[in-house]
Amino acid sequence: MKKEKQSIFMKASDTNLLLAITIVIFFLMYLGAILFIKGGFTKPQMFFNILNANASLIITACGMSLVMITGGIDISVGGVVALVSMCCAVHLDYKGGSIFGSVLIAIGIGVAYGLVQGFLVAYLEIQPFIVSLAGMFFARGMTTIVNTAPFNVANEEFNALKNARIYVPGMGTVNKKGIYVPAYVEIGVIVAILIVILMFVLLRWCKLGRNFYAVGGNAQSALMLGINVKRTKFLSHLICSTLAGIGGYVYFLHVGSGAASHAMGMEMNAIASSIIGGTMLTGGVGNIIGTLFGVLSLSTIQNIVASAGLDQAWWTGITIAAMLCLFLVIQSIVMAQKKRALK
Amino acid sequence: MKKANRVKKVIGVLLLQLALLAGCGSSTLSVSETDSLEAETAEEGQGIVVGFSQLGAESDWRSANTASMLDAFTQDKGYTLIYKNGQQKQSNQITAIRTFIQQDVDYILLAPATESGWESVLQEAKEAKIPVILVDRRVEVVDDSLYTCWIGSDFELEAKKMAAWLKAYTEVNRIQPEEIHVVNIQGTIGSTAQIGRSRGLRNAALENGWDLMEEISGDFTETKGREVMAALLKRFDNINVVYCENDNEAMGAIDALESAGKKVGSNLAAGEVMVVSFDGVNEEAKELARTGKISCIAECNPLHGPRVEAIVTQLQAGQRPDKYNYVDEKLYSAYLPIQSIEVDGQTYEIVRP
Repeated sequence: MKKEKQSIFMKASDTNLLLAITIVIFFLMYLGAILFIKGGFTKPQMFFNILNANASLIITACGMSLVMITGGIDISVGGVVALVSMCCAVHLDYKGGSIFGSVLIAIGIGVAYGLVQGFLVAYLEIQPFIVSLAGMFFARGMTTIVNTAPFNVANEEFNALKNARIYVPGMGTVNKKGIYVPAYVEIGVIVAILIVILMFVLLRWCKLGRNFYAVGGNAQSALMLGINVKRTKFLSHLICSTLAGIGGYVYFLHVGSGAASHAMGMEMNAIASSIIGGTMLTGGVGNIIGTLFGVLSLSTIQNIVASAGLDQAWWTGITIAAMLCLFLVIQSIVMAQKKRALK
Repeated sequence: MKKANRVKKVIGVLLLQLALLAGCGSSTLSVSETDSLEAETAEEGQGIVVGFSQLGAESDWRSANTASMLDAFTQDKGYTLIYKNGQQKQSNQITAIRTFIQQDVDYILLAPATESGWESVLQEAKEAKIPVILVDRRVEVVDDSLYTCWIGSDFELEAKKMAAWLKAYTEVNRIQPEEIHVVNIQGTIGSTAQIGRSRGLRNAALENGWDLMEEISGDFTETKGREVMAALLKRFDNINVVYCENDNEAMGAIDALESAGKKVGSNLAAGEVMVVSFDGVNEEAKELARTGKISCIAECNPLHGPRVEAIVTQLQAGQRPDKYNYVDEKLYSAYLPIQSIEVDGQTYEIVRP
């Protein structure tokens, strides 16, 4: 048995190995929560709530992972989400616009961001960190210019969509007062799952997807292989920002309001989720399924900390920091072990 | 050949994961069955479970409010309080309430971050038959049966009291209303306190003919208060009254005024700048009021805990509490010439801080 394990361990690619670690840790953590914290963790809706609250983070983190696989970074996504929320809110509420129009605005902002940032990073060869830092400030500033005061959308069609629920049969529970509380997910979750599948297929089975890994792994060799490095980098930023636009709309659909303080620090959560999911900041390694589990792990930690009755504000931060360290240490130990074994 | 190898690899990894998962699963399954029984009995022993979603910890007022709740719902009295800090974000609070519903709490206390956007989550609580008690700020919902009751302050009344005090001050010192150049350092835009206090000042300025030069948000924090005040001093050189919508902002503003070489106090004729503020919770701010640097503080009573606990007791006994419950609030000032003020026919004594 040990020998068998060893050989699988040796054979698995870096990406798959890191993915396996993430998934195992996530399941262990969730089981731990069910066993020791109980609270709501024994109920399926608790898990669906995590999905509902984090659908937009899943989408933006997918884009983030893609950019990170290509060797870049994009810290403007949180700002884009806030800008999209505010623009859509203003469009639907003050201007009496339609839902279709607001979706177009969301995707339009994302694409515009992707075009500009992608061009600056890929063709003018400016550091992606600097470009997206500027992008972040611009988005936050623009959000305040579009509208200063936070407000909730009163558009009826939109609110109907926002409150639309997809009930999961057989997953509901009966509470203390003997009332059946049904289990449900929001529309955003379906969008997020579709995006995860789409991105997974792109990265796993498409030529373009393999190019992202090649460019992130070693841009020089990718160039020699005849891959258009600049175009690949450009596309990674374009896809990432477009996903941030879509993620922004899903976020907006979840909260139903526009505010300059929306999605504050979301870019950091997206980066953290990608890293927990086994994407490496150095590029060339990463997996979308890992990112999905990264988001789930992150939000499960938040829920555990909250359910343990600790003051969320600082305990969550400290726990996430500890978890990130743990993941990075495990990652580097496993990689080092593998390298040594290969010799 | 190569491809076959890769497929093998993938299958291998999947198998490894499955093995690991199965390992965890089978060993825990039996435990969880016995555990869930224990959990049920333990839950019965928890007494009344109360979920409290506080909006954040942005000011001393908020901390005092949280402390008051934690003190009121103690284990000795048979309560289990689950406290969650929303970090100023409505989305965090909505998540918290959904978690409370899953945790099967008996009551939900909500200090909402904003007024609107609560319908759907409150509806869920209502469907699960969990009473929701609102604390401090209100919510804007069409159907007010979505919450059981509300406890808090009348923010506009606080502002009216403050305006009445300022008016009395101008009368005592024979200052023309147009000589009052006031700036408003507002609270977090959209909060009930900000809306009430800003509206109160705006109405009073119109009524009395004061020069309300600028309204700008200081987010209820000392740092922002300092920043905003410094910026205002660069734009206007004739400010003589600074209206801060909480004490933390006032402390920041006083700091900025003094660093700019201004004298802070109640003697406008001598060129001093007057600072007035709200809350009266922070000891440091009270000390400033004693020394006259803050000329007047309209109290905003944060000690909601006992009142909320009384309401929960009422609900437990099957009684119906009042829908809106106001807490009593004072006006603090060390400025002796004004003894009392009158608002809407009601007289309020000035309390020395």
